[in-house]
Amino acid sequence: MSYLKPLFHHPSLKENKVGYVKADYEGVISTLCAGCGHDSISGAIVQACYEVSLEPHRLAKLSGIGCSSKTPTYFLSNSHGFNSVHGRMPSITTGANMANKHLIYLGVSGDGDTASIGMGQFVHAIRRNLNMVYIVMNNGCYGLTKGQDSATADFGSISKTGESNPYNGIDLAGLALELGASFVGRSFSGDKSQLVPMIKAAMSHPGFALLDVISPCVTFNNNKESTKSYSHVRAHIESTSEFDFVPEEKAIEVDYAAGDSAEVELFDGSKILLSKLAPDWNPTDKFTAVNRLHEAKSNGQILTGLLYINPESKDLHSMLNTSDKAFNAMDETDLCPGSMELEKINQGLR
Amino acid sequence: MNPTNTKDPEYFHKVVDCQYACPAHTPVPEYIRLIAAERYTDAFMINWESNVFPGILGRTCDRPCEPACRRGRVEEEPVAICRLKRVAADNKGEVKHLMPQAPFPMNGKKIALIGGGPASLTVARDLAPLGYELHLFDEWIKGGGMMRTQIPAFRLPESVLDEEVNYILDMGIHTHFNTFVDSMKEVLSKDYDAIFVGTGAPKGRELKIPGYEEAKDNIHIGIEYLADVAFEHRDKIGKNVIVLGGGNTAMDCCRTSKRIGGETVTVVVRSPRKDMKASPWEIEDAELEDIPILNNMPPKEFVVENGKLTGVIFGKVRAEYDENGKRSLIPTGEPDEFIPADDVIIAIGQDNAFPWIERDLGIEFGKWDIPVLDKTTFQSTLPNVFFGGDAAFGPENVITAVAHGHQAAVSIHHFCQGIPVTERLPPFTNLTSQKMGIHEWTYDNGIAHDLRYKVSHEEKKKSLANRKVEVELGFSEIEGFKEAQRCLNCDVQTVFTTSLCIECDACVDVCPTDCITFTANGEEEELRKRLTVPAMNTTQDLYVSDVLPTTRVMIKDEDVCLHCGLCSERCPTAAWDMQKYMYNVTKVYQKDGEKVCC
Repeated sequence: MSYLKPLFHHPSLKENKVGYVKADYEGVISTLCAGCGHDSISGAIVQACYEVSLEPHRLAKLSGIGCSSKTPTYFLSNSHGFNSVHGRMPSITTGANMANKHLIYLGVSGDGDTASIGMGQFVHAIRRNLNMVYIVMNNGCYGLTKGQDSATADFGSISKTGESNPYNGIDLAGLALELGASFVGRSFSGDKSQLVPMIKAAMSHPGFALLDVISPCVTFNNNKESTKSYSHVRAHIESTSEFDFVPEEKAIEVDYAAGDSAEVELFDGSKILLSKLAPDWNPTDKFTAVNRLHEAKSNGQILTGLLYINPESKDLHSMLNTSDKAFNAMDETDLCPGSMELEKINQGLR
Repeated sequence: MNPTNTKDPEYFHKVVDCQYACPAHTPVPEYIRLIAAERYTDAFMINWESNVFPGILGRTCDRPCEPACRRGRVEEEPVAICRLKRVAADNKGEVKHLMPQAPFPMNGKKIALIGGGPASLTVARDLAPLGYELHLFDEWIKGGGMMRTQIPAFRLPESVLDEEVNYILDMGIHTHFNTFVDSMKEVLSKDYDAIFVGTGAPKGRELKIPGYEEAKDNIHIGIEYLADVAFEHRDKIGKNVIVLGGGNTAMDCCRTSKRIGGETVTVVVRSPRKDMKASPWEIEDAELEDIPILNNMPPKEFVVENGKLTGVIFGKVRAEYDENGKRSLIPTGEPDEFIPADDVIIAIGQDNAFPWIERDLGIEFGKWDIPVLDKTTFQSTLPNVFFGGDAAFGPENVITAVAHGHQAAVSIHHFCQGIPVTERLPPFTNLTSQKMGIHEWTYDNGIAHDLRYKVSHEEKKKSLANRKVEVELGFSEIEGFKEAQRCLNCDVQTVFTTSLCIECDACVDVCPTDCITFTANGEEEELRKRLTVPAMNTTQDLYVSDVLPTTRVMIKDEDVCLHCGLCSERCPTAAWDMQKYMYNVTKVYQKDGEKVCC
């Protein structure tokens, strides 16, 4: 088995604006099962970071435990990284984010890491609108422990074990909408044309951006009767819109027919262009998003695309009016003003 | 685009760039792997079967394979294929018992081979095992033709030449050396069933500019000069030597001169450096021996004083090219330059010469006095006469002569057996999976990032002192191994089975050179532009699958595929598999499936 990637790349590959080729955003060779959807998501992250000309040191990738949480090893080898304990990725990210608001925080989690052990962390990160991209690599099973149904497995879905799931699955996108997430998208590992611009938009969004990405477990949950298999997702996928992300400085050339298109300007001046496929849906209106989501679910469809975005999003730092300076740039006197200051604060509270 | 027909024997053959570019289609990656495995004898035999002269070609081949090598498209330099061939020849064990064993039961047919060079020798080797009585005629005292007369011993030691020529002659060939054939009519009047002409391009061009007649004694024709030195008819030359010409013969002439008395040897070429016909490595080797190469200087006059050559006057030109790329040399107006010389060697090209073939025999000649031949069968307009090597279509190289020889042998055999000569032998092909277990291959699929290794040279002082001291020392076994590891194993093909693919994209994500795209089908020209990385090298094919369940197709651009096998390793359903493609030009003695080696 190959454990090293060849260093040669296509000679006509272009360098991006900061002088890197796509291979510079890759990680080491994946040890996940061959054909795992997670590897495609890693590929989409690499592609997105290359396309937005991200300087790798400006991003921190954080994860918990699970197949999904192994993936940060397989992308962005030159970025910061923290592989935390199970389900605690949101908390670690919160800490890191509070200490330095100038990095892009990319959290990677799985359906177990998020919807079971990490649920308590997940919901509070949303509630606080922590400025991060939260990618759930959602395969509906515990791949690392041989494929037991996870909390996101759909009711009635049959995994490789042959047992029909008796419980209702948690819809992470619906939950995030309910909790007030300011950016909610769903995608499929096998649809990079949608996933890549969505990751780019999520990185530009100031606030909590949830990407619930269906990612088939090729080993334990890719049989025909599973609702998270390649073939089932492909057959039942339904998109809210065709999606394009336009960075700030690029002129918009796409011209959609009136009434069918929507344009959402992001905080940094970038734009999201949506060619709407669902007429009764508005990406900035939470109610239509919730309705569409329920509608699709009752029709047995898997709704993907950008579901909701709040263009007015204010992240945790704005709410708390925190220092612009990162902790690592502060000196000792800033970080520890001394017992006199403490005494003053204590006096103020008396 | 239509799905690629991988059953076409030429499709995967073309992917093996080196083998495809080789006129004899030697299975290069196969023997390189054997070298890495220290199986030198097997590597030698694969070469011997295909190109007949592994040790000779491992030193002197024109290497059409190397510019074609895929490695040259992903990094700076191709694999040193030619020098690896020499590693096999240098380190091989006993090989003779692996070759067809004479005596062979005779089949009663008698063939004349005119000329003892690589083309004739190849015909001899291919026909001998079938029981032909082969008569080989050559004007020199030994076989080998231009390999002996024109390639200096410091590039090709006589012992190597003798060894490989003798493998063939020992198969019971009747040799008629020291025999200059001066009449085709006479040959035809004998009872030969077929005649093969492999007399090369033995006539060096002359340069009759002012002063030529007076200076004639000190003006030499390149190939004649080299032959004289090789046969020890000449062992010295003047102190100041000018070599005219920019081809490999010129390089051999100047380096030979350095070894037999030339102190100031200068090569003067009328055209610019980039138009020189000599191989870059031959130019480099000449310059390493402190031989200046002057370009853009056409000779104008041989200067003679007191009846003796004193030097040559050269003009100064620059090259201009019209829109069709046609070159004209325009005088720059700078003053002419005189270069003193005791001897001048003219190496400005060579031609075919058939004064010995009477023109009333039914053998037609066309433009440039070249025989009219069928390009596939090498048959002339006189059905029992065949041509090959430089004699066929003008000067080429040894490996081309060998390739001609194989095909001419097929034609001669068919002609003698009453089979139409147009009937050709299909190539031997085989495609087999290299899978040994999960993610395990029979070949070393890791990519070595080493840069091309340089072959070390003999100390200059030593090699210049004696023209028989070989300059190149060849790779050591360790160097040979490391160089062999640079080979990308292009013969191990990425074979795609549409029905197994679940379109998970794993191959797309892992491919280090972004060769694979899943997209809607289209016309080739438009499709090439919208691949992950646009496929702008149109000399390389696109591998197109059948339609997949999502109505897309898989397109693989063969151009810079590293054959690393990662697509297959990351494929969950084995829709990708690494399969070794063997392609062999079938030799006439292998017609019934007989193989001489592994």
